[in-house]
Amino acid sequence: MLLSPYPTTGERIRITLLWIWCGLVILFLLVPILIPVPLSFNSGAFFIFPLEGISTRWYEVVLGTQRWQSAIGNSLIVAFGTTLIATTLGTLTAIALSDEKFPGRRIVMPLLLSPLIVPVVITAVGSYLFYARIGLASTYAGIILAHTALASPFVVVTVGASLTGFDRNLMRAAAISGAKPLTSFFRVMLPLILPGVLSGAAFAFVTSFDEVVVVQFLASAGQRTMPLEMFIGLREKLSPAITAAATLMMALSIVLLVVANLLARRGQKRPGTAP
Amino acid sequence: MTLMRKTLLALAAATASMTIAGAAFTDELSIMASGGAWQDAQRKAWFEPFSKETGAKILEQEYLGDLGKVKAMVETGNVPIDLVTVETATVLQGCDAGILERLDYSKIGPRDKFIEGSALDCGVGLDAYGDILAYDPTVLKEAPTSVLDLFDTTKFPGKRAMRKFPAQNLEWALMADGVAPADVYKVLATPEGVDRAFKKLDTIKKDIVWWDAGAQPAQLLASQEVVMTTAWNGRIQNAIDNDKKPFKIVWNNQILEYDMISIPKGARNPELAYKYLAYISQPENNAKLASYITYGPVRTDAASFVAPDALPKLPNAPDHLSGAYLVADTEFWGDYGEDLVKRFNAWLAQ
Amino acid sequence: MSALQPSELDRPALARGRSAADADLKSVSAALRRAEFGDRLRTLLLAAPLLILLGLSFGIPIVLLLSRAVYDPTIADALPKTTVALGGWNGQGLPGDDAFAALAADLKDNQAKGTAYELAKSLNARLPGARSQVLKTARKLESADGQAALDAVKSLPFWSAPSTWPTIRNGTHSLTSFYLLSALDLRWNADGSIERVPPEQAIFVQVFLRTFFVAAAVTLATLLLGFPLAYLIASVPKGLAAILIVAVLLPFWTSILVRTAAWTVLLQKFGLVNDFLLFIGVASERLDLMYSRIGLIIAMTHIQLPFTLLPIYSVMRTIPPSQMKAAYSLGAKPFTAFRRVYIPQVFPGVMAGCLLTFILCLGYYITPALIGGASDQLISNFIANYVNVELNWEMAAALSFILLVFTLALFGIFARILGLDRLKLV
Repeated sequence: MLLSPYPTTGERIRITLLWIWCGLVILFLLVPILIPVPLSFNSGAFFIFPLEGISTRWYEVVLGTQRWQSAIGNSLIVAFGTTLIATTLGTLTAIALSDEKFPGRRIVMPLLLSPLIVPVVITAVGSYLFYARIGLASTYAGIILAHTALASPFVVVTVGASLTGFDRNLMRAAAISGAKPLTSFFRVMLPLILPGVLSGAAFAFVTSFDEVVVVQFLASAGQRTMPLEMFIGLREKLSPAITAAATLMMALSIVLLVVANLLARRGQKRPGTAP
Repeated sequence: MTLMRKTLLALAAATASMTIAGAAFTDELSIMASGGAWQDAQRKAWFEPFSKETGAKILEQEYLGDLGKVKAMVETGNVPIDLVTVETATVLQGCDAGILERLDYSKIGPRDKFIEGSALDCGVGLDAYGDILAYDPTVLKEAPTSVLDLFDTTKFPGKRAMRKFPAQNLEWALMADGVAPADVYKVLATPEGVDRAFKKLDTIKKDIVWWDAGAQPAQLLASQEVVMTTAWNGRIQNAIDNDKKPFKIVWNNQILEYDMISIPKGARNPELAYKYLAYISQPENNAKLASYITYGPVRTDAASFVAPDALPKLPNAPDHLSGAYLVADTEFWGDYGEDLVKRFNAWLAQ
Repeated sequence: MSALQPSELDRPALARGRSAADADLKSVSAALRRAEFGDRLRTLLLAAPLLILLGLSFGIPIVLLLSRAVYDPTIADALPKTTVALGGWNGQGLPGDDAFAALAADLKDNQAKGTAYELAKSLNARLPGARSQVLKTARKLESADGQAALDAVKSLPFWSAPSTWPTIRNGTHSLTSFYLLSALDLRWNADGSIERVPPEQAIFVQVFLRTFFVAAAVTLATLLLGFPLAYLIASVPKGLAAILIVAVLLPFWTSILVRTAAWTVLLQKFGLVNDFLLFIGVASERLDLMYSRIGLIIAMTHIQLPFTLLPIYSVMRTIPPSQMKAAYSLGAKPFTAFRRVYIPQVFPGVMAGCLLTFILCLGYYITPALIGGASDQLISNFIANYVNVELNWEMAAALSFILLVFTLALFGIFARILGLDRLKLV
């Protein structure tokens, strides 16, 4: 389809130019995300090329010092908490929404998706001022709650997509055969939509794990996460430890999202769904 | 002399540990400090020894200039920090606003033994630092001789970094415009003086890169993003001594300031916080910080405890006060700070 | 007899039968409705936990934040007596002595309660310089009463300045348009009309325009880079397309923070970008890309590129190659075929991608904070600054309000033209 049936020289040139242009665009896309990787093995203390030497000292800093360890721990606590709540509630909501009897879907859907649209600074400032008043600022619960708002739309959308391929007659059949609603959910529906649920969970996890703006407002010393530590480091003491942390975060996100997408694809046979 | 100091130190440590031994703290003390090399130095000079002596666990939190967080904490009564390091102007504001506790100096130490202006109602001094000019002689062939060379773009072309804050910059602007150091705050208190300072800053506005965290100047110099930068002297000295950077400090026209530490209202552990303040305010402890970052003690009787090799690098070392210098006027910034910050931010955005 | 029709014969019975059937039907449909209602209720109950949680963790905080933009009771709460005393003032010249006396009493109360600072700060936001005057007066009044207090207030020129009393009177209205107007660089004039603030105080219109400009530039850049690549991916064989898609998705899956960090390394004076530009001879000396508008736009373009590209690609994928072939066979030149057949069909995808990127750009915070210079900070950075540094939460709320209105309006257009389904790509 790139070339017409009888390509002219001009057309061939255009196609070549297209390939060159796209090659450059792909370089533009990939080079910046690959940059932190070599830098994280830099033995020098400043953040510049060329490397002064190869070492794993910054990984030792990230994985070995108490400060980064607790940041990693906090990130995991918050991300797992968010994933658990967002996945459970998001799946229930997606099931409800996929039922044609659900009233007012047209109103509810945009409301559910609004955390994706509202600029995150507004969400962060709003929850900070409100949570401070009710004693949720500087707590894990507060951060998890705010992250759940950001992450649940992904679960609703992903699980919703896997439910479009789900035949509701199966549930009726289960009911007629005498299965209680809960039983038929766990035995019939959940196994079929499981790829979608897991993929939604992975999106939720990554959303929370990568998030820094809300954390910046809501966290105090006790809840500093890895991205916040990185953000502070980028402003404060630029050290390649940040690139080591970035490399680790990137690796985790990419692995999880690859898995999520494979699952989503298996679940709905519909490619192209990305975070 | 060294021997005597060691003996004194040992004695002091012994008495301190004896008085505290009975209490057996297993408490946590949460300290919000402003990060970077300065916080590292405090950790070595004060956090760790204090922890060892008292058994208190110190939780560190970074202060990113957001008094807002402290304010929100105080207003809701949920204050997870016991101590916060702040600048002098912030101490005055926080005091007025009722965010910071009024200190009881009988629990800290003799107030008259602090350098004038470093023991305030709501904050006690930690150290004395200098706002200086730093450059990299391998990049800048001709050496600047005064901080005011910031404003000379013909002799020193290229980007220069300055702190994203009106304090110091307005003073330097006026001095560069010909105002004598003694008159700077008098002129700056008038609307015309403020206009004059901003007009002077306008002349170099397009050449300025703004920094807001103390570790940035060294990074900006190292990456040659700028040819010169204003900085806190200790951060630059740290890059020279520990990272072996070839930077040089210009002391002429430096501005001297004090770092402060305060207890936010409603802190959970004020008693332990006072213990900590008393600990770091002892002259021999107060002098200890200089060994890890080149900031001077604020106790007038602490000079003799400063490590000899650190002494000549301090901002208030005699050599560094031989040229022109200015002592930051805390009162002025307490009164006019808020409006000037507002004006400065509007000026920046334009 | 034969003439008798059954209906006439037993009309009542028949009617009874019919009504019975009707009643059955009614009860059946009622049961159905009940069942239907039960089903609806059950679906609602399933969705309720998340909806309630979102309401608490997201809805209420945002509504409360936005309400701060128009509701600020600080001054009214701090000056109750003055509020009453100003009730009868016509706003011309200075109010009577009763107002001054009420003010003195209120200030004295505030000083005693320790709330003088809050009042000073709130007034200062509306009237620069008021802060120190209020605090000074309040301290003075600590030991003054009656006539002495009145004299103390009247002796300070600040309290007789022409703008002081109108500002106080405006401030005593808790429901205020002050902050929203300020967010647009506007204010109430003394004669009750709206005017622009003096140029040295005007910031926000400029910042909003800057935010739009950056968003537009980034959108355009992502389109220029993304459209050809999307076209290529949609055109090549499946295997190759899959590899190319991974190249788009990998950065997409990497967090904004990590990518911003990478760009701070790349854009430095001695970073790779400058090395490259020098190497290929585009630049003769190293450029200042960090802390600059262009550096910010480059980094944001990188982050947003997949958001623009993926919707375009998803539309292009659905266009069968046979259409273009048909156009060729009908004699269309490649360019004509492209323009007349291809472009109109991918247009919705282009709109979706561009609108999405534009909307997301309006809310950027991390990247400008780390890569932009002082004059490249976007509206979100100002919101954060008002919350954290200037402690003026009302102003932060007003700016949020306006940003949110813009965002939602654009999103409304997006949803109206393209449908919410496109959001699946996000």
